[in-house]
Amino acid sequence: MTTPLIEFKGVTKCFGNRTVLNNVNLQIYEGHVTTIIGLSGAGKSVILKHIIGLLKPDEGTILFRGKPIAEMKRAEINSSFAQMSYMFQDNALFDSMSVYENIAFPLQETTNLKKAEIDLRVMARIKQTELTDAAYKYPSELSGGMQKRVALARALITDPRIVLFDEPTSGQDPVRKNAILSMIAQYHRKFGFTAIIVSHEIPDVYFISNRILALYNKEIVFQGTPEELEKFDHPFNDEVIHSLEALQKELSGLYSKRQFKILNHAQLKRREFGENYCVAIFTLEELNTIITKLGHDAAQEAIHSMGLYIDKHFGPVGGFSTRRRINEVVTVLPYSDLADAKGILRDFIKDFQGQGIRDIWTGARKQMALGNCVDFTILAGIAQGQPATDIDSVIASAKSQQKVIGRLRCAAEE
Amino acid sequence: MAHDTNTEKGPESGAKWRLGILLTSPFSFIGRQVIRWVNNLGAATIFLYLALIKTFRSKQLPKTIQQLYYIGAKSTTIIMLVSLFTGMVLSIQSYHALVKFGAQGAVGTLVSLSLIRELGPVLTAIMITARAGSAMTAEIGIQRISEQIDALKTMRIDPLRYLISPRVVASIISFPILTTVFDLIGIIGGFISGVMLLGLNSGGYFHAIQANVEMKDISDGLIKAVVFAIIVSTVCCYQGYYSHMRGDSHGAKAVGFATTSAVVISCVVILVSDYVVTSLLI
Repeated sequence: MTTPLIEFKGVTKCFGNRTVLNNVNLQIYEGHVTTIIGLSGAGKSVILKHIIGLLKPDEGTILFRGKPIAEMKRAEINSSFAQMSYMFQDNALFDSMSVYENIAFPLQETTNLKKAEIDLRVMARIKQTELTDAAYKYPSELSGGMQKRVALARALITDPRIVLFDEPTSGQDPVRKNAILSMIAQYHRKFGFTAIIVSHEIPDVYFISNRILALYNKEIVFQGTPEELEKFDHPFNDEVIHSLEALQKELSGLYSKRQFKILNHAQLKRREFGENYCVAIFTLEELNTIITKLGHDAAQEAIHSMGLYIDKHFGPVGGFSTRRRINEVVTVLPYSDLADAKGILRDFIKDFQGQGIRDIWTGARKQMALGNCVDFTILAGIAQGQPATDIDSVIASAKSQQKVIGRLRCAAEE
Repeated sequence: MAHDTNTEKGPESGAKWRLGILLTSPFSFIGRQVIRWVNNLGAATIFLYLALIKTFRSKQLPKTIQQLYYIGAKSTTIIMLVSLFTGMVLSIQSYHALVKFGAQGAVGTLVSLSLIRELGPVLTAIMITARAGSAMTAEIGIQRISEQIDALKTMRIDPLRYLISPRVVASIISFPILTTVFDLIGIIGGFISGVMLLGLNSGGYFHAIQANVEMKDISDGLIKAVVFAIIVSTVCCYQGYYSHMRGDSHGAKAVGFATTSAVVISCVVILVSDYVVTSLLI
C-alpha cells in the first residue's frame, strides 16, 4: 500500500477552551488533488496550517512520508517544508511591495538565482496569471480577484512539490472561480505537484479533485473520491454538501448534479413504464487549447456561453441539463423518444451553427486580448433510455455516438 | 469549592474568606504583574539573542543598509534640530546660573559635559524611539496581523532574520553616530547662544571644552548610546512582533496599543537604564 505523503494520526487542536480538531485522522497522497470541505469555521484552515508547520497539534502525530515530523531533525524538517508552498485565504501579500516584487520575493530570498533568471521566471508567471498590466502596481491598487492571482503566482513561483490552497476562489465571480480552479488543475497536470485545497465551491471543485476529505464536527468523517462522496450516507451530506451546493451552478446556469438527479428521478417516476426518454451530451473540445491560447477566464466564459445556449434551447421542450465534466454538458429530454429527440437536436444544430457557436466565441473573446484566435469544436451525441435503465449507461451510449456539430476556426465557423 | 465549604460553615466564615481575598488580592496582583514582567523580559532577551545571531547570514547586508538609511540617515534632521535648541537652552540657563558666581567661563564645560555624558545619548534615543521605533512596531505589527509574517514562515524565510536582525543591527550602528551628531550640534548651539548672543569669549568657550572633556566622557556616552539602541530596537520590534498576542485588544487596535506600549516602555527603560549604566561607568 502506498505510504501517504501526509498523514494525521489522532490530531487534536484546541484554542483556549475551544476544541477545533478532535482526534483527526487523514491521509493525503502524493500527486493527488485533495480537497478539504466543511462549513465555515470548521477548522479546515487549521488543518492546512498544521501541514505547513504554522501550528502544532496539542495531541496526535503528523507524519510526512511516513515519518513523524516531531521526530525529524531540524534539517530534515526544513527540507520537507521547503517542498511546500501556501496560498493564504486573505492572500497575505506584502503590501509595501509591487506585484513583481511579491512574486519575485521567494526566489530572491531562498535561492541564489541571478537577477536575469529571476526576472525571466517572474515575468513568465505574471503572463500566465494575466497580470502583465499590473506588474508594477501595489496590492492595494488591485481588485480582489487580481490579488488572488498574485498570491497564486507567488505560491507557484518556486515550483513547489506540494501546494496548499486556502480557499483560493473566495470572493471571485463564477467565471474567475472556475478559471482559478482550472488554473490549479492545469498546473497540477503540468508540474505534477500535490495540491491540497480548502474550498466551498461544491460541485465545481469536484471536477479537479482526486480525493475529498470531509470535516464535520471537528473530525474527518469521509475520505474518498467525489463519486464516493455522492453515495456517502451521513448527516454531513445533508447539512454541509446540500447547503453549500447551489441548485443551479453559478458558472453555467445549469442544474447542479444533485438537482439534476432529483429532477431526472421525479420525471421518470411520473412516466409509465415503457415510455422512453433521451439523453444528449455536448462536449467542448480543445478546452486546453483555449486555456493555453486565450487564458482560463476565456475558457470559462466559453463554457458559460455553451451552458446558457443549451439551456435556452432545450429548456422550453422540458429538457434539463447539468455540467458533467469540466467541458461536458448532459441534457435529459424526458418527454421525447429517439425520433423526437433527433428532430430537436437537428433544429438545435442548425440554430447552433447559425448563432450558438458565435455566442460561445463572443463569450470567450470577452476575456482575451484582441487579435488572438483559437480553433475549437463542439460535439454532440444522443441516446435513448427507458425508465428502468441506469442513466449513466444511457449517457455512455450518447457519448459513444458523439459527432461534430460545430467547429470554429478563429472567427469563422464551419 | 473552598468558598462553598466556607459558606456552608456559616456567614461568619464566609465573611472571613472574603476579607482574606481582599487582603491578599493586591499581593496576588503585584505577583502576577512581576511574573508577567519577568516572562516578557526573558522572552525579549531570547528574541534579541535570536535576532543577533542571524546578523551575519547571507543577504543581510542590503536589508541592514536599508534600515540604516531609515533609522539613521532619515533621523539626522530632527536630531540636529533638537540638539541645536537643547545646546542653546543649556547654554543660556547655565550662563544665568554661573554668572551669579562669576563663573560664566565654565559654560562651555557645562554644556559639553551635559551633552556628551547625559543629554546626547538620552535625547537621541528618545527622539529615535518617537520617530523610528514607533514605525518599527507599527510596521511589524501590521505585517503580523495581516499574516505577512506567517507568509514568510511558509516560504522558509526566518522572520527574525528578515525583519528583526537588520533593525537591531542598524540601531546599534546608527545610535552612537546620531549621538555624536547630537553632541556636536548641541555644542554649536551652546556657542550660538553663549558666545554670539550672550557675549561670552569664543576662545574661552572652546578652551573650556578642550580642557575638561576627556575621552572617557565620550566613550561613556557612546556606550550608553549602544545600550539604548539595543533597548529601543528590542522593545519596539518585540511589541510589534507579538502584537497579535496582546490580551487587551485585537487587530488594528492591538497594533495601536503595541505602538503606544513600545514608545512608553522604551522611554521609561531608557531613563532607568541610564541611571544603571551611569552608576556602573562613573
